[in-house]
Amino acid sequence: MATAEHKHPNYMAIFWYLAILTVIEIAVIYMPLAKFTIGVLLCALALGKAVLVAMYFMHLRFETRTLGMVAITPLVIATLLVFVLLPDGFAVMKRTTGAKAAATEPAKR
Amino acid sequence: MSQVASMHGAVEPAESPLTPESWGKLGMWIFLAGDAVGFGTLLAGYGAMRATSADWPSPYEVLGINLTAAMTFLLICSSVTMVKALEWLGKGDKTRANRFLFFTALGGAIFVSLQAYEWTHLIHRGLHINGNPWGASLFGTSFFLVTGFHGLHVTGGVIYLLSIMRVVARRPSPAASYNAVEITGLYWHFVDLVWIMVFTFMYLL
Repeated sequence: MATAEHKHPNYMAIFWYLAILTVIEIAVIYMPLAKFTIGVLLCALALGKAVLVAMYFMHLRFETRTLGMVAITPLVIATLLVFVLLPDGFAVMKRTTGAKAAATEPAKR
Repeated sequence: MSQVASMHGAVEPAESPLTPESWGKLGMWIFLAGDAVGFGTLLAGYGAMRATSADWPSPYEVLGINLTAAMTFLLICSSVTMVKALEWLGKGDKTRANRFLFFTALGGAIFVSLQAYEWTHLIHRGLHINGNPWGASLFGTSFFLVTGFHGLHVTGGVIYLLSIMRVVARRPSPAASYNAVEITGLYWHFVDLVWIMVFTFMYLL
């Protein structure tokens, strides 16, 4: 029965980790931190929760390498996607901040 | 030899050490990987629109996160009932397994109902698909698109779970439906995983 034990991790412990991480996430947005720090913390917490669900609830930790490769593919694609969107994002951001500066400048004078 | 491993062997034999013990499982993982790219694209698009908008509202101030936090908790609980269902099936108890499958489906149904309630509430407050009182009109568009796409997944999951309950009830031996229930579990946990991402990126951030 050793393999069966291995296949069933302590689900209640994972549940409590997930619940606690969710509470921390909600606490983080009310903390007096820089917006960037909050963003990084939230992303890290969400990723941690996602990994817990995939590894233990979806048993990825106890699966073959093939399934691991399949599971990691969307992560790679998503990372590439961010880089694809970056140039567009920066271009529009420059334009909107430029427009904002132009709009506020006459008011200052 | 464990009971579980021998069950899988009886259903679908493995071909090589690299392939998983069930082709159905590999199929579900490939589907989920594709679905994850779909959600990833939606969230990345959301991020790009938000980063380039000058008047994007602060989501957690506008949407309110108390109800959504409860919904998140509910979905995590339904993931636990799902693994319990599989555990009972592994122990050979069809009745208990089906009871936990029903709890999981119930959790999903309550989740969708709460989402419908939330949507109604937000629509009454002026959040529409083509505009809202707080700023960028794309805020409403992306909100309904992403949460709606996830809600559809939950609805599909509830139907899937109810159908699998019939499979478990009909097949004489619990071992015969173990693989099917495990694959259903993969889908259900994935829906939970996606909600974790949606909750973080669309409500908290």
